[in-house]
Amino acid sequence: MGKKIREVDDRFKKFGTVSFTSITKINDFVDYLEKGQVVGTKCKDCGLSFFPARADCYQCLSSNMEWFEVSGTGKLITYSKLEYAPVGFGDDLPYAIALLDYGDYKVFGRLAPDLSEDEISVGMEMTTVVNQLPNGQMNYVFQKA
Amino acid sequence: MGKIGIIGVGQTPFVRGYPGSIRELAFDGFKDAMGDAQISAKDIDASIICSAPEYDKQRSPAGVFAEYLGLTPQPTFYLESLCSSSSMGVRTAYALVKSGLHDVVVVIGFQKMSEISSAESQERMGRGADIQWESPFGTMMPAYYAMYARGHMEKYGTTPDDLALIRVKAATYGQINEKAVYRKPVNFEMFSDPDNAMSGPVASPLRVGDCCANADGSSCVIVASEEKAKSFSKKPVWILGLGSASTAVNMAGRDLFSGLTVAQQAGEQAYKMAGISAKDVDVAEVHDCFTIAELMAYENLGFAKPGEGKELIKGKETYKEGSIPVNVDGGLLSKGHPIGATGGSQIRTIVLQLRGEAGDMQVKDPEIGLVHNIGGVGLYGNVTVLGR
Ligand SMILES: [Zn+2]
Repeated sequence: MGKKIREVDDRFKKFGTVSFTSITKINDFVDYLEKGQVVGTKCKDCGLSFFPARADCYQCLSSNMEWFEVSGTGKLITYSKLEYAPVGFGDDLPYAIALLDYGDYKVFGRLAPDLSEDEISVGMEMTTVVNQLPNGQMNYVFQKA
Repeated sequence: MGKIGIIGVGQTPFVRGYPGSIRELAFDGFKDAMGDAQISAKDIDASIICSAPEYDKQRSPAGVFAEYLGLTPQPTFYLESLCSSSSMGVRTAYALVKSGLHDVVVVIGFQKMSEISSAESQERMGRGADIQWESPFGTMMPAYYAMYARGHMEKYGTTPDDLALIRVKAATYGQINEKAVYRKPVNFEMFSDPDNAMSGPVASPLRVGDCCANADGSSCVIVASEEKAKSFSKKPVWILGLGSASTAVNMAGRDLFSGLTVAQQAGEQAYKMAGISAKDVDVAEVHDCFTIAELMAYENLGFAKPGEGKELIKGKETYKEGSIPVNVDGGLLSKGHPIGATGGSQIRTIVLQLRGEAGDMQVKDPEIGLVHNIGGVGLYGNVTVLGR
Protein backbone atom coordinates (compact mmCIF):
# COMPACT_ATOMS: atom_id res chain seq x y z
CA MET A 1 0.00 0.00 0.00
CA GLY A 2 0.97 3.65 -0.33
CA LYS A 3 3.02 5.37 -2.94
CA LYS A 4 6.57 4.35 -3.66
CA ILE A 5 8.90 7.11 -2.52
CA ARG A 6 11.66 7.79 -5.01
CA GLU A 7 15.04 8.07 -3.31
CA VAL A 8 16.48 11.51 -3.97
CA ASP A 9 20.16 12.18 -3.37
CA ASP A 10 19.98 15.80 -2.24
CA ARG A 11 23.05 15.87 -0.01
CA PHE A 12 24.31 19.11 -1.56
CA LYS A 13 21.55 21.10 0.17
CA LYS A 14 23.80 21.03 3.28
CA PHE A 15 26.42 23.24 1.63
CA GLY A 16 26.44 26.86 2.76
CA THR A 17 24.23 28.99 4.98
CA VAL A 18 21.57 28.72 2.29
CA SER A 19 22.06 26.21 -0.52
CA PHE A 20 20.50 26.93 -3.89
CA THR A 21 21.42 23.51 -5.29
CA SER A 22 20.37 20.16 -3.84
CA ILE A 23 20.91 17.63 -6.60
CA THR A 24 24.27 17.47 -8.38
CA LYS A 25 26.57 14.72 -9.60
CA ILE A 26 29.26 15.87 -7.17
CA ASN A 27 27.19 15.31 -4.01
CA ASP A 28 30.12 13.38 -2.51
CA PHE A 29 31.66 16.82 -1.91
CA VAL A 30 29.38 17.06 1.14
CA ASP A 31 30.50 13.66 2.47
CA TYR A 32 34.10 14.86 2.29
CA LEU A 33 33.10 18.05 4.14
CA GLU A 34 31.60 15.87 6.88
CA LYS A 35 34.96 14.08 7.12
CA GLY A 36 36.70 17.46 7.47
CA GLN A 37 38.04 17.59 3.92
CA VAL A 38 37.56 20.25 1.22
CA VAL A 39 37.96 18.62 -2.18
CA GLY A 40 38.11 19.44 -5.85
CA THR A 41 38.10 17.16 -8.87
CA LYS A 42 40.82 16.16 -11.34
CA CYS A 43 40.19 14.78 -14.83
CA LYS A 44 41.64 11.29 -15.07
CA ASP A 45 41.92 11.56 -18.85
CA CYS A 46 43.65 14.90 -19.38
CA GLY A 47 44.85 15.74 -15.87
CA LEU A 48 43.14 19.15 -15.51
CA SER A 49 42.32 20.08 -11.90
CA PHE A 50 39.10 21.84 -10.96
CA PHE A 51 38.04 23.83 -7.96
CA PRO A 52 35.18 24.15 -7.40
CA ALA A 53 34.58 20.47 -8.14
CA ARG A 54 33.00 19.49 -11.47
CA ALA A 55 31.52 16.25 -12.75
CA ASP A 56 32.66 16.98 -16.28
CA CYS A 57 35.87 18.21 -17.94
CA TYR A 58 35.55 21.03 -20.49
CA GLN A 59 39.01 20.39 -21.90
CA CYS A 60 38.48 16.81 -23.09
CA LEU A 61 34.72 16.35 -22.38
CA SER A 62 35.46 13.36 -20.15
CA SER A 63 33.36 12.64 -17.06
CA ASN A 64 36.03 10.38 -15.62
CA MET A 65 37.00 12.38 -12.53
CA GLU A 66 38.77 11.77 -9.25
CA TRP A 67 38.73 13.77 -6.03
CA PHE A 68 41.74 15.62 -4.63
CA GLU A 69 42.02 17.39 -1.30
CA VAL A 70 42.66 21.12 -1.06
CA SER A 71 45.77 21.07 1.11
CA GLY A 72 48.65 23.32 2.07
CA THR A 73 48.29 27.08 1.94
CA GLY A 74 46.94 29.59 -0.54
CA LYS A 75 47.67 33.30 -0.91
CA LEU A 76 44.87 35.74 -0.10
CA ILE A 77 44.10 37.53 -3.40
CA THR A 78 41.30 39.82 -2.20
CA TYR A 79 38.36 39.99 0.20
CA SER A 80 35.39 42.11 1.24
CA LYS A 81 33.65 42.43 4.60
CA LEU A 82 29.87 42.71 4.25
CA GLU A 83 27.77 45.02 6.41
CA TYR A 84 24.55 43.98 4.67
CA ALA A 85 23.51 40.50 3.61
CA PRO A 86 21.11 39.01 1.12
CA VAL A 87 17.89 37.39 2.38
CA GLY A 88 18.68 34.33 4.50
CA PHE A 89 22.22 35.40 5.50
CA GLY A 90 21.49 38.21 7.98
CA ASP A 91 22.32 36.10 11.06
CA ASP A 92 25.87 35.56 9.78
CA LEU A 93 26.72 39.31 9.67
CA PRO A 94 29.32 40.65 9.64
CA TYR A 95 31.26 38.22 7.48
CA ALA A 96 33.90 38.50 4.77
CA ILE A 97 34.05 36.71 1.43
CA ALA A 98 37.50 36.04 0.02
CA LEU A 99 39.58 34.31 -2.62
CA LEU A 100 42.74 32.21 -2.16
CA ASP A 101 45.27 31.35 -4.85
CA TYR A 102 46.69 27.82 -4.59
CA GLY A 103 48.65 28.06 -7.84
CA ASP A 104 46.90 25.34 -9.85
CA TYR A 105 43.48 26.52 -8.75
CA LYS A 106 41.73 29.15 -6.64
CA VAL A 107 39.24 28.76 -3.78
CA PHE A 108 36.36 31.14 -3.10
CA GLY A 109 34.97 31.17 0.44
CA ARG A 110 34.74 33.12 3.68
CA LEU A 111 37.39 34.36 6.07
CA ALA A 112 37.21 32.66 9.48
CA PRO A 113 34.81 34.72 11.63
CA ASP A 114 37.28 35.08 14.52
CA LEU A 115 39.90 36.87 12.39
CA SER A 116 40.14 40.55 13.25
CA GLU A 117 40.55 43.14 10.50
CA ASP A 118 44.14 44.00 11.43
CA GLU A 119 45.19 40.35 11.13
CA ILE A 120 44.15 40.30 7.48
CA SER A 121 46.37 41.41 4.63
CA VAL A 122 46.31 40.65 0.93
CA GLY A 123 49.11 38.23 0.04
CA MET A 124 49.07 36.40 3.40
CA GLU A 125 49.18 32.60 3.42
CA MET A 126 45.96 30.92 4.56
CA THR A 127 44.49 27.43 4.88
CA THR A 128 41.02 26.23 3.93
CA VAL A 129 39.15 24.46 6.74
CA VAL A 130 35.68 22.95 7.09
CA ASN A 131 33.29 25.01 9.20
CA GLN A 132 30.04 24.02 10.94
CA LEU A 133 27.43 26.78 10.75
CA PRO A 134 25.05 27.50 13.65
CA ASN A 135 22.04 26.47 11.55
CA GLY A 136 23.43 22.94 11.05
CA GLN A 137 24.73 23.67 7.55
CA MET A 138 28.39 23.40 6.52
CA ASN A 139 30.83 25.50 4.53
CA TYR A 140 34.55 26.18 4.62
CA VAL A 141 36.55 29.18 5.83
CA PHE A 142 40.07 30.54 5.52
CA GLN A 143 42.37 30.68 8.54
CA LYS A 144 45.81 32.16 9.06
CA ALA A 145 48.43 29.58 8.08
CA MET B 1 25.65 45.08 -47.49
CA GLY B 2 25.08 48.49 -46.02
CA LYS B 3 25.45 50.16 -42.70
CA ILE B 4 23.10 49.63 -39.76
CA GLY B 5 21.62 52.68 -38.08
CA ILE B 6 19.72 53.73 -35.00
CA ILE B 7 16.66 55.79 -35.97
CA GLY B 8 14.97 56.25 -32.61
CA VAL B 9 15.80 56.17 -28.91
CA GLY B 10 13.69 56.58 -25.81
CA GLN B 11 13.46 55.94 -22.13
CA THR B 12 11.22 56.56 -19.17
CA PRO B 13 12.42 58.61 -16.26
CA PHE B 14 14.22 56.20 -13.90
CA VAL B 15 12.21 56.20 -10.68
CA ARG B 16 11.69 54.42 -7.40
CA GLY B 17 8.32 52.71 -7.45
CA TYR B 18 6.92 53.05 -10.99
CA PRO B 19 3.13 53.35 -10.54
CA GLY B 20 2.12 50.79 -13.14
CA SER B 21 2.60 47.27 -14.49
CA ILE B 22 5.58 46.12 -16.54
CA ARG B 23 3.66 46.29 -19.85
CA GLU B 24 2.77 49.90 -19.04
CA LEU B 25 6.40 50.61 -18.13
CA ALA B 26 7.50 49.18 -21.50
CA PHE B 27 4.86 51.30 -23.27
CA ASP B 28 6.27 54.55 -21.86
CA GLY B 29 9.81 53.89 -23.12
CA PHE B 30 8.53 52.58 -26.47
CA LYS B 31 6.30 55.65 -27.00
CA ASP B 32 9.27 57.95 -26.31
CA ALA B 33 11.37 56.19 -29.00
CA MET B 34 8.50 56.03 -31.50
CA GLY B 35 8.00 59.78 -31.08
CA ASP B 36 11.71 60.23 -31.70
CA ALA B 37 11.75 58.02 -34.81
CA GLN B 38 8.42 59.27 -36.19
CA ILE B 39 7.44 55.83 -37.46
CA SER B 40 4.44 53.58 -36.80
CA ALA B 41 4.24 50.04 -35.40
CA LYS B 42 3.64 48.58 -38.88
CA ASP B 43 7.14 49.79 -39.88
CA ILE B 44 8.67 47.49 -37.26
CA ASP B 45 9.52 43.95 -38.39
CA ALA B 46 10.40 42.36 -35.04
CA SER B 47 10.83 43.15 -31.35
CA ILE B 48 13.42 41.99 -28.80
CA ILE B 49 12.44 42.32 -25.14
CA CYS B 50 15.30 42.46 -22.63
CA SER B 51 15.51 42.27 -18.84
CA ALA B 52 17.06 40.27 -16.03
CA PRO B 53 14.55 37.55 -15.10
CA GLU B 54 12.97 36.75 -11.72
CA TYR B 55 11.90 40.27 -10.77
CA ASP B 56 8.45 39.78 -12.28
CA LYS B 57 5.56 37.37 -11.88
CA GLN B 58 5.08 37.46 -15.66
CA ARG B 59 6.83 34.66 -17.48
CA SER B 60 7.87 35.34 -21.10
CA PRO B 61 7.08 39.07 -21.21
CA ALA B 62 7.86 39.38 -24.95
CA GLY B 63 4.46 38.17 -26.16
CA VAL B 64 2.64 40.29 -23.60
CA PHE B 65 4.51 43.45 -24.57
CA ALA B 66 4.20 42.83 -28.32
CA GLU B 67 0.42 42.70 -27.99
CA TYR B 68 0.29 45.74 -25.69
CA LEU B 69 2.50 47.81 -28.02
CA GLY B 70 0.72 46.82 -31.23
CA LEU B 71 3.68 44.79 -32.49
CA THR B 72 1.78 41.58 -33.28
CA PRO B 73 1.82 39.52 -35.44
CA GLN B 74 5.52 40.30 -36.00
CA PRO B 75 8.03 37.98 -34.30
CA THR B 76 9.10 38.82 -30.76
CA PHE B 77 11.40 37.15 -28.25
CA TYR B 78 12.99 37.63 -24.85
CA LEU B 79 16.73 38.03 -24.37
CA GLU B 80 18.80 38.31 -21.22
CA SER B 81 22.40 38.80 -20.20
CA LEU B 82 21.75 40.34 -16.77
CA CYS B 83 22.63 44.06 -16.66
CA SER B 84 23.87 44.03 -20.27
CA SER B 85 20.64 42.58 -21.67
CA SER B 86 19.60 45.52 -23.83
CA SER B 87 23.10 46.02 -25.32
CA MET B 88 23.00 42.34 -26.23
CA GLY B 89 19.54 43.07 -27.67
CA VAL B 90 20.97 45.80 -29.92
CA ARG B 91 23.80 43.46 -30.98
CA THR B 92 21.19 40.85 -31.91
CA ALA B 93 19.05 43.43 -33.72
CA TYR B 94 22.14 44.43 -35.72
CA ALA B 95 22.61 40.81 -36.80
CA LEU B 96 18.95 40.39 -37.75
CA VAL B 97 19.03 43.51 -39.91
CA LYS B 98 22.50 42.92 -41.34
CA SER B 99 21.45 39.42 -42.41
CA GLY B 100 18.59 40.87 -44.40
CA LEU B 101 16.01 38.95 -42.41
CA HIS B 102 14.43 42.19 -41.12
CA ASP B 103 14.69 45.89 -41.97
CA VAL B 104 13.62 47.47 -38.68
CA VAL B 105 13.94 45.85 -35.23
CA VAL B 106 12.95 47.45 -31.92
CA VAL B 107 14.86 46.62 -28.72
CA ILE B 108 13.02 47.25 -25.46
CA GLY B 109 14.79 46.92 -22.11
CA PHE B 110 12.91 47.11 -18.84
CA GLN B 111 13.12 46.36 -15.14
CA LYS B 112 10.68 46.91 -12.32
CA MET B 113 12.87 46.32 -9.27
CA SER B 114 10.53 47.92 -6.75
CA GLU B 115 8.19 44.92 -6.59
CA ILE B 116 10.62 43.28 -4.15
CA SER B 117 12.62 44.53 -1.16
CA SER B 118 16.21 45.72 -1.45
CA ALA B 119 17.49 42.61 0.40
CA GLU B 120 15.48 40.35 -1.93
CA SER B 121 16.84 42.29 -4.88
CA GLN B 122 20.40 41.75 -3.61
CA GLU B 123 19.65 38.05 -3.33
CA ARG B 124 18.32 37.94 -6.92
CA MET B 125 21.36 39.79 -8.22
CA GLY B 126 23.68 37.61 -6.13
CA ARG B 127 22.19 34.62 -7.91
CA GLY B 128 23.49 36.10 -11.16
CA ALA B 129 26.80 34.71 -9.89
CA ASP B 130 27.60 31.01 -9.26
CA ILE B 131 24.64 29.71 -7.24
CA GLN B 132 26.16 26.29 -6.62
CA TRP B 133 29.50 27.41 -5.21
CA GLU B 134 29.44 31.10 -4.28
CA SER B 135 25.89 32.21 -3.42
CA PRO B 136 25.81 29.77 -0.44
CA PHE B 137 28.48 31.99 1.19
CA GLY B 138 26.09 34.97 1.11
CA THR B 139 27.42 36.93 -1.84
CA MET B 140 26.03 40.12 -3.31
CA MET B 141 27.01 42.46 -6.12
CA PRO B 142 28.61 45.21 -3.98
CA ALA B 143 30.84 42.63 -2.26
CA TYR B 144 32.02 41.14 -5.54
CA TYR B 145 32.87 44.57 -6.96
CA ALA B 146 34.46 45.40 -3.59
CA MET B 147 36.80 42.44 -4.13
CA TYR B 148 37.84 44.05 -7.42
CA ALA B 149 38.19 47.42 -5.68
CA ARG B 150 40.55 45.90 -3.12
CA GLY B 151 42.43 44.12 -5.90
CA HIS B 152 42.88 47.44 -7.72
CA MET B 153 43.90 49.29 -4.54
CA GLU B 154 46.48 46.64 -3.62
CA LYS B 155 47.99 46.55 -7.10
CA TYR B 156 47.94 50.24 -7.99
CA GLY B 157 47.51 52.22 -4.78
CA THR B 158 44.07 53.47 -5.73
CA THR B 159 42.22 54.93 -2.71
CA PRO B 160 38.61 55.21 -1.53
CA ASP B 161 39.00 58.97 -2.08
CA ASP B 162 39.73 58.38 -5.78
CA LEU B 163 36.50 56.41 -6.02
CA ALA B 164 34.55 59.14 -4.22
CA LEU B 165 35.56 61.59 -6.97
CA ILE B 166 33.75 59.40 -9.50
CA ARG B 167 30.55 59.61 -7.45
CA VAL B 168 30.89 63.39 -7.21
CA LYS B 169 31.13 63.59 -11.01
CA ALA B 170 28.08 61.34 -11.46
CA ALA B 171 26.02 63.53 -9.16
CA THR B 172 27.14 66.65 -11.02
CA TYR B 173 25.30 65.39 -14.10
CA GLY B 174 22.52 63.50 -12.32
CA GLN B 175 21.32 66.87 -11.07
CA ILE B 176 20.78 68.15 -14.61
CA ASN B 177 19.33 64.94 -16.09
CA GLU B 178 15.57 65.02 -15.76
CA LYS B 179 15.46 61.23 -16.32
CA ALA B 180 17.73 60.50 -13.33
CA VAL B 181 16.46 58.89 -10.13
CA TYR B 182 19.09 60.59 -7.94
CA ARG B 183 19.01 64.36 -8.56
CA LYS B 184 20.82 65.52 -5.43
CA PRO B 185 24.38 66.88 -5.34
CA VAL B 186 27.15 64.81 -3.74
CA ASN B 187 30.35 66.45 -2.53
CA PHE B 188 33.66 64.92 -1.60
CA GLU B 189 33.39 65.87 2.10
CA MET B 190 30.30 63.66 2.55
CA PHE B 191 32.51 60.57 2.27
CA SER B 192 34.56 61.56 5.33
CA ASP B 193 31.53 62.64 7.41
CA PRO B 194 30.49 59.67 9.58
CA ASP B 195 27.01 61.21 9.94
CA ASN B 196 26.48 61.32 6.19
CA ALA B 197 24.80 58.33 4.53
CA MET B 198 27.35 58.39 1.67
CA SER B 199 30.15 57.31 4.05
CA GLY B 200 28.30 54.29 5.45
CA PRO B 201 30.03 50.93 4.92
CA VAL B 202 28.37 48.43 2.56
CA ALA B 203 31.05 45.91 1.64
CA SER B 204 34.61 47.01 2.38
CA PRO B 205 36.21 48.98 0.81
CA LEU B 206 32.99 50.20 -0.90
CA ARG B 207 30.65 52.64 0.83
CA VAL B 208 27.05 53.67 0.21
CA GLY B 209 28.22 56.47 -2.08
CA ASP B 210 30.11 53.99 -4.25
CA CYS B 211 26.93 52.10 -5.17
CA CYS B 212 24.38 52.84 -7.87
CA ALA B 213 20.71 53.43 -7.22
CA ASN B 214 18.13 50.72 -7.92
CA ALA B 215 15.33 52.04 -10.09
CA ASP B 216 12.38 51.12 -12.27
CA GLY B 217 12.52 52.07 -15.91
CA SER B 218 12.41 51.09 -19.53
CA SER B 219 14.45 52.03 -22.60
CA CYS B 220 13.95 51.59 -26.31
CA VAL B 221 16.33 51.58 -29.29
CA ILE B 222 15.09 51.26 -32.89
CA VAL B 223 17.61 49.66 -35.27
CA ALA B 224 17.24 49.89 -39.07
CA SER B 225 18.96 49.03 -42.35
CA GLU B 226 20.85 51.81 -44.13
CA GLU B 227 18.08 52.26 -46.69
CA LYS B 228 15.31 52.45 -44.09
CA ALA B 229 17.42 54.61 -41.78
CA LYS B 230 18.01 57.15 -44.55
CA SER B 231 14.35 57.20 -45.56
CA PHE B 232 12.95 57.46 -41.99
CA SER B 233 15.55 59.62 -40.27
CA LYS B 234 17.25 62.95 -40.90
CA LYS B 235 20.01 62.16 -38.39
CA PRO B 236 20.57 58.43 -38.19
CA VAL B 237 23.39 57.33 -35.90
CA TRP B 238 25.41 54.40 -37.26
CA ILE B 239 26.52 51.31 -35.38
CA LEU B 240 30.24 51.26 -36.27
CA GLY B 241 31.53 48.57 -33.93
CA LEU B 242 30.27 45.79 -31.70
CA GLY B 243 32.19 43.70 -29.18
CA SER B 244 31.02 41.05 -26.77
CA ALA B 245 32.73 38.59 -24.41
CA SER B 246 32.15 36.27 -21.47
CA THR B 247 34.26 34.70 -18.73
CA ALA B 248 34.11 32.26 -15.79
CA VAL B 249 31.03 32.89 -13.65
CA ASN B 250 32.92 32.08 -10.45
CA MET B 251 35.75 34.23 -9.14
CA ALA B 252 37.88 31.10 -8.70
CA GLY B 253 37.91 30.69 -12.48
CA ARG B 254 39.43 34.11 -13.13
CA ASP B 255 42.96 35.50 -13.19
CA LEU B 256 42.48 39.30 -13.19
CA PHE B 257 41.18 41.12 -10.09
CA SER B 258 41.98 44.73 -11.00
CA GLY B 259 39.95 44.90 -14.21
CA LEU B 260 37.35 43.06 -16.27
CA THR B 261 38.63 40.85 -19.08
CA VAL B 262 35.23 40.96 -20.81
CA ALA B 263 35.51 44.74 -21.12
CA GLN B 264 39.04 44.55 -22.50
CA GLN B 265 38.02 41.94 -25.06
CA ALA B 266 34.72 43.53 -26.07
CA GLY B 267 36.46 46.90 -26.38
CA GLU B 268 39.20 45.53 -28.63
CA GLN B 269 36.62 43.83 -30.86
CA ALA B 270 34.49 46.96 -31.15
CA TYR B 271 37.49 49.22 -31.90
CA LYS B 272 38.73 46.80 -34.56
CA MET B 273 35.33 46.54 -36.25
CA ALA B 274 34.94 50.34 -36.22
CA GLY B 275 38.54 50.86 -37.37
CA ILE B 276 39.26 53.24 -34.50
CA SER B 277 41.26 53.31 -31.27
CA ALA B 278 40.46 54.59 -27.80
CA LYS B 279 41.78 58.07 -28.55
CA ASP B 280 39.14 58.50 -31.28
CA VAL B 281 36.26 58.26 -28.79
CA ASP B 282 34.71 61.68 -28.12
CA VAL B 283 32.13 60.69 -25.49
CA ALA B 284 31.47 57.48 -23.56
CA GLU B 285 28.91 55.80 -21.37
CA VAL B 286 30.42 53.16 -19.09
CA HIS B 287 28.80 50.70 -16.72
CA ASP B 288 29.34 52.42 -13.35
CA CYS B 289 27.21 50.12 -11.21
CA PHE B 290 29.89 50.92 -8.62
CA THR B 291 32.53 53.66 -8.68
CA ILE B 292 35.30 51.07 -9.06
CA ALA B 293 33.56 49.76 -12.18
CA GLU B 294 33.92 53.15 -13.88
CA LEU B 295 37.58 53.40 -12.86
CA MET B 296 38.28 49.92 -14.27
CA ALA B 297 36.39 50.83 -17.45
CA TYR B 298 38.76 53.80 -18.07
CA GLU B 299 41.64 51.33 -18.07
CA ASN B 300 39.96 48.35 -19.76
CA LEU B 301 38.81 50.54 -22.67
CA GLY B 302 42.22 52.16 -23.09
CA PHE B 303 41.26 55.69 -21.96
CA ALA B 304 44.02 55.29 -19.37
CA LYS B 305 46.86 52.81 -18.85
CA PRO B 306 46.28 50.09 -16.21
CA GLY B 307 46.56 51.72 -12.78
CA GLU B 308 46.29 55.26 -14.15
CA GLY B 309 42.50 55.55 -14.26
CA LYS B 310 42.56 57.58 -11.06
CA GLU B 311 44.56 60.32 -12.79
CA LEU B 312 41.72 60.81 -15.28
CA ILE B 313 39.17 61.53 -12.58
CA LYS B 314 41.60 63.56 -10.44
CA GLY B 315 42.31 65.74 -13.48
CA LYS B 316 38.59 65.99 -14.30
CA GLU B 317 39.38 64.59 -17.77
CA THR B 318 36.13 62.58 -17.73
CA TYR B 319 33.98 65.64 -17.05
CA LYS B 320 32.03 67.22 -19.92
CA GLU B 321 34.84 69.66 -20.73
CA GLY B 322 37.61 67.06 -20.33
CA SER B 323 39.55 65.05 -22.91
CA ILE B 324 37.25 62.02 -22.67
CA PRO B 325 33.82 62.81 -21.15
CA VAL B 326 32.33 59.73 -19.42
CA ASN B 327 28.81 59.30 -18.04
CA VAL B 328 27.84 62.93 -18.38
CA ASP B 329 24.20 61.87 -17.92
CA GLY B 330 24.82 60.83 -14.28
CA GLY B 331 25.66 57.22 -15.09
CA LEU B 332 24.18 54.28 -13.25
CA LEU B 333 25.33 55.91 -10.00
CA SER B 334 22.93 58.87 -10.26
CA LYS B 335 20.71 58.23 -13.29
CA GLY B 336 19.90 54.80 -11.81
CA HIS B 337 20.26 51.17 -12.84
CA PRO B 338 17.04 49.40 -13.88
CA ILE B 339 19.02 46.36 -14.99
CA GLY B 340 17.42 45.36 -18.28
CA ALA B 341 16.84 48.99 -19.32
CA THR B 342 20.37 50.22 -18.63
CA GLY B 343 22.16 49.38 -21.90
CA GLY B 344 19.40 50.94 -24.00
CA SER B 345 19.50 54.06 -21.85
CA GLN B 346 23.30 54.31 -22.27
CA ILE B 347 22.87 53.98 -26.06
CA ARG B 348 20.14 56.64 -25.99
CA THR B 349 22.51 59.05 -24.22
CA ILE B 350 25.23 58.55 -26.84
CA VAL B 351 22.77 58.84 -29.74
CA LEU B 352 21.50 62.16 -28.35
CA GLN B 353 25.11 63.33 -27.88
CA LEU B 354 26.02 62.47 -31.48
CA ARG B 355 22.89 64.25 -32.75
CA GLY B 356 23.77 67.31 -30.66
CA GLU B 357 20.52 66.99 -28.69
CA ALA B 358 21.83 66.31 -25.16
CA GLY B 359 20.87 69.76 -23.81
CA ASP B 360 22.82 70.87 -20.75
CA MET B 361 24.77 67.59 -20.85
CA GLN B 362 25.95 68.14 -24.46
CA VAL B 363 29.62 67.50 -25.12
CA LYS B 364 31.18 69.76 -27.77
CA ASP B 365 30.62 68.33 -31.26
CA PRO B 366 31.29 64.60 -30.73
CA GLU B 367 31.66 62.37 -33.80
CA ILE B 368 32.28 58.99 -32.19
CA GLY B 369 30.68 57.66 -29.02
CA LEU B 370 31.10 54.44 -27.05
CA VAL B 371 28.86 52.38 -24.77
CA HIS B 372 30.35 49.89 -22.26
CA ASN B 373 27.68 47.70 -20.64
CA ILE B 374 28.56 44.86 -18.25
CA GLY B 375 26.37 41.95 -17.12
CA GLY B 376 26.83 40.43 -13.68
CA VAL B 377 30.25 40.83 -12.07
CA GLY B 378 32.14 41.12 -15.34
CA LEU B 379 30.45 37.93 -16.54
CA TYR B 380 29.22 39.47 -19.79
CA GLY B 381 30.72 42.51 -21.50
CA ASN B 382 29.28 44.45 -24.43
CA VAL B 383 30.90 47.44 -26.11
CA THR B 384 29.11 49.38 -28.85
CA VAL B 385 30.77 52.11 -30.94
CA LEU B 386 28.43 54.63 -32.56
CA GLY B 387 29.11 57.40 -35.07
CA ARG B 388 27.34 60.13 -37.03
ZN1 LIG C 1 39.81 16.28 -19.25
